Amino acid sequence: MARMKFLCDADRCIECNACVTACKNEHEVPWGINRRRVVTINDGLPGERSVSMACMHCTDAPCAAVCPVDCFYTTDDAVVLHSKDTCIGCGYCFYACPFGAPQYPKVGNFGTRGKMDKCTYCAGGPEADMTEAEYVKYGSNRLAEGKLPLCAEMCSTKSLLAGDGDIIAEIYKERVVTRGYGSGAWGWRTAYGDTVTV
Amino acid sequence: MNMKTLVQRFVAVLGILAVLGIVGISVTPAAQAQQINPTAQSVTEESLFEALQDDQMVEGRVSIPDGLSSGLIKPGNPSWASTHTGLVRNLSIAAVVGAIVVLTLFYMIRGKIMVDGKMSGIRILRFTAIERFAHWLMAGSFIILALTGLNLVVGRTMILPWLGEGAFSTITIWGKIAHNYVGWAFMLGLTLSFLVWVAHNIPNKVDAEWVAQGGGLLKKGVHPPARKFNAGQKVIFWLTTLGGAALSFTGFMLLFPIVAGTQADWQFYQLIHGIVAAGLSFVIIAHIYIGSIGMEGAFDAMGTGEVDLNWAKEHHSLWVEEVQGKAKSGDSSARGTQPAE
Repeated sequence: MARMKFLCDADRCIECNACVTACKNEHEVPWGINRRRVVTINDGLPGERSVSMACMHCTDAPCAAVCPVDCFYTTDDAVVLHSKDTCIGCGYCFYACPFGAPQYPKVGNFGTRGKMDKCTYCAGGPEADMTEAEYVKYGSNRLAEGKLPLCAEMCSTKSLLAGDGDIIAEIYKERVVTRGYGSGAWGWRTAYGDTVTV
Repeated sequence: MNMKTLVQRFVAVLGILAVLGIVGISVTPAAQAQQINPTAQSVTEESLFEALQDDQMVEGRVSIPDGLSSGLIKPGNPSWASTHTGLVRNLSIAAVVGAIVVLTLFYMIRGKIMVDGKMSGIRILRFTAIERFAHWLMAGSFIILALTGLNLVVGRTMILPWLGEGAFSTITIWGKIAHNYVGWAFMLGLTLSFLVWVAHNIPNKVDAEWVAQGGGLLKKGVHPPARKFNAGQKVIFWLTTLGGAALSFTGFMLLFPIVAGTQADWQFYQLIHGIVAAGLSFVIIAHIYIGSIGMEGAFDAMGTGEVDLNWAKEHHSLWVEEVQGKAKSGDSSARGTQPAE
């Protein structure tokens, strides 16, 4: 089995937000929820970089560690998923996440939130693959169809890479060597404990 | 005229060429340098991480309306996670298990603290209806809050395996809702209790004597004098007041995260909330023990509000003198002295 990861090559990202739009459309994500977002660092300054960020599907995910009802699980592809049936909307995973990935659909009284929603790596949830029940709660399950996450698949500059961690790290290294620079594998040292060194 | 115009044009063209030449000389190397490395000043993750202080995050700008999502990476968040699953969880378990162990040992060694003289059968009013209402509003809500809060911290390891994911999730959702609403009842009970009792809880000389004699807790037949509240009760009063205030404040902030500020503030309030709750739970378990199975006649004070005269003389001698002094002087508070049946 592969160890799935995301890698955003910020030197290629043009902040077009197509990944954000693709994600929202593919999964019918409700208003106010962004499973993926593009953050521009040093906006307007020389050397600004944009990074597309979503759940990084961490090794030893801190969200899973703090969940009071243990609703997270890691698939064979190392994708971190959760059960919305079990989730109580407490918000602890949002406190724990270094990437701001967990999202909550409603703001009720006393800070109460609905069931948490986050990037599924286009891998659905605990329901049977590619069923209506799964789609309604988690969006489409492209991994079960043999496809990679749509955000990365349709990235116009091939900035956002998804796939087995070793393979995309190799692609990124090759790019950095060829062009002579790279701003780093954003989030990797936080999510996986080590970054891509060239 | 024609000749002059031609010369002028010639000079002008020369001038333009000269300017272009100078600019060209200076521009070309710069353009070439940019082609060689257009990213010489690019931000890198590594440099941003090196510049990060504690509790800071790599932040930028987002074009989506949710401004709070502009944080890109906050490497410190997992340390909140490990404090929550480590220190807070361990303290919570230690508080509850520790209290039970200490009290069990105390019960085995000292036994139930009995009234040395026999019960007199005469009962005097110790706590009015308002005092009991304030106490039970605070106590009842505290127990609900403590159990539902403790469930969030240790339920996953201790209850989930017994109940299964679905049932445990259901009770935890209801527990969360209860925690959010019952907190207000606790704040009201805490405020009322503070108002009705603060005057009786100012430390004084009598307390020093009480502490010196170990409160009479350790030895049979020892009953240091005390007014309405002895030093031990005063300690519980102030711990409850201060701990309850801390829980109320941090709880309020957690209920209104936008008021509280940023994620770092929420994490801070959550940790304080958990640690203070663990400490106060220890105190309250001890309080419940001594107010129920630990001491004969003690529960009546908060149960019916009336205590036996001999119990009162042993545990709150100065208070009994005060009350009876008032009663003898024909004060209307004589209603406090009634036969038991």
